Amino acid sequence: MSALTFTLKYQPKQRVDMSPLVCQLLQGKTLEQIAALELHSGKLKLRVDQVFDISGDDAQAIVIKNSFEKLDFVGKELDGGSITVEGDAGAYLAMGMKSGEVKVTGNAGLYAACEMKKGYLEIGGNVGDFLGAALPGNKMGMKGGTVLVKGNAGERVGDHLRRGTILIEGNAGDYCGSRMTAGTIAVMGQTGRYLGYAMRRGTLLLWNPPQLPASFNDCGSHTLGFLPLLFNSFKKLNSKFADASVAFNRVQRYAGDMSEMGKAEVLVKIK
Amino acid sequence: MIINGVTIDATFAEAFPMKATRAIITAHNEKWALIAAQAMTGFATSVIACGCEAGIDRILDASETPDGRPGVAVMIFAMGGKGLAKQLETRAGQCVLTSPTSALFAGIDSDTKIPLGKNLRYFGDGFQIAKVIDGKRYWRIPVMDGEFLAEATTGQVSAIGGGNFLVLAQSQAQALAACEAAIEQMNKVPGVIMPFPGGVVRSGSKVGSKYAALNASTNDAFCPTLKGMTKTELSPEIESVMEIVIDGLTKEDIDKAMRVGIQAVCDLGSANGIKRISAGNYGGKLGPFHFHLQEIMA
Repeated sequence: MSALTFTLKYQPKQRVDMSPLVCQLLQGKTLEQIAALELHSGKLKLRVDQVFDISGDDAQAIVIKNSFEKLDFVGKELDGGSITVEGDAGAYLAMGMKSGEVKVTGNAGLYAACEMKKGYLEIGGNVGDFLGAALPGNKMGMKGGTVLVKGNAGERVGDHLRRGTILIEGNAGDYCGSRMTAGTIAVMGQTGRYLGYAMRRGTLLLWNPPQLPASFNDCGSHTLGFLPLLFNSFKKLNSKFADASVAFNRVQRYAGDMSEMGKAEVLVKIK
Repeated sequence: MIINGVTIDATFAEAFPMKATRAIITAHNEKWALIAAQAMTGFATSVIACGCEAGIDRILDASETPDGRPGVAVMIFAMGGKGLAKQLETRAGQCVLTSPTSALFAGIDSDTKIPLGKNLRYFGDGFQIAKVIDGKRYWRIPVMDGEFLAEATTGQVSAIGGGNFLVLAQSQAQALAACEAAIEQMNKVPGVIMPFPGGVVRSGSKVGSKYAALNASTNDAFCPTLKGMTKTELSPEIESVMEIVIDGLTKEDIDKAMRVGIQAVCDLGSANGIKRISAGNYGGKLGPFHFHLQEIMA
């Protein structure tokens, strides 16, 4: 069995909704049936074989080649199996993913991993705003699983995050961890302004001192026993986070956001 | 059967189904992990009056523990799941939560889960923090020396309690020396505990009593001072009898522990005053697990 591969023939002018091309929806279908599926692109409905060359037969391992930033909803509600995107991905990458694995070699757009429930998302490049967030109007963002970003992340990382882990090797934009209910966000690079804005519970784990809002209170320096367990759980990742030399358990602990519930924490590595 | 001059009785130990759990206690160093483990497994020699039987399974190297600190694995056995959960929670709360630098983790996996830190978290008075790491939930409970980290649940498994053998010797000192040698070897077997003090019990019991309020009383058939006034099991030269009781996760674990223990006793042999090895049973009517001494030593 070889991976079911979709190779983009051309770059459509309108954005393309890729949500029908997930493992559980393609399982058991013939290549002809898959080719006849329709993808929404603006006002158009495009047959899959109009947009992609299709090859392979293993629907549990999907590869999207020549991908570009207008392919939205890749891996939407994926429930098992893997999707590999060679190139960039559009908005709503792995939105509501239930289980499985999505890997993108390039960049990803807005709302990646939004309301994701479980599974693993890896983004080789940068990612847009609202990573792991809730959809506008909703109160619960990502509820589980792990997201790894090897580049930088945009603003509002983990907005309304409920559970799960977001790992960013690069920098994170403004409002990182805003309105978080729980979960963990780790940022190796720099963070922007308004860190943890209206954060209720959860952990922001930082390698570099942040610009903290006045509504976070210093709780002192500590050696925390759960950090070795957390870093151990990163060891299986293909990431800088897996490197034992980046791990630490001595942190400065800040509690906040005191203008909200105040039970969240920002843990900053003590150098 | 005679090994090194020691007679192995043609009898069997009778054991019962129990529920068991295992937990891992870690601490700043082995000394404090052991202190917490000893406190947690204290007053847990027999289900008759302690509510459970507990002991140290083994000492763990830092590389074997979830948080990379020195640790101790403890096991608790009880007659039912409900009682086990209650004992685990009480003991974890009073003996491990309170012990400096300690952390508490699940030590066995099973589909049946019982609370470990799940309810202890309320000690945190609302300041406790949950962390799900690799699919396991941990509770971080703020305490005066920092944070007490406890995994939410541990596994509950079906197990066996009451494996035993008796060491019959010419003197008290010789019986004790033989039992010490046996326990030293048996402690190396994973998956078993010997819950009595130092692993040895000198007051083996029989079922029932002349006193209606008691459901167990001294095993007079093996009491050397009663040789002339009861239906004794002892020959004239036996002056002291000690028992080793074994609880284990599986029949094989108990088999192995009994084998190495009896072998260690027999290695001392009749030259060191060890005359017989026997076992306690109730005629085979009460416990479904029978550990035949001669089969084990064959």
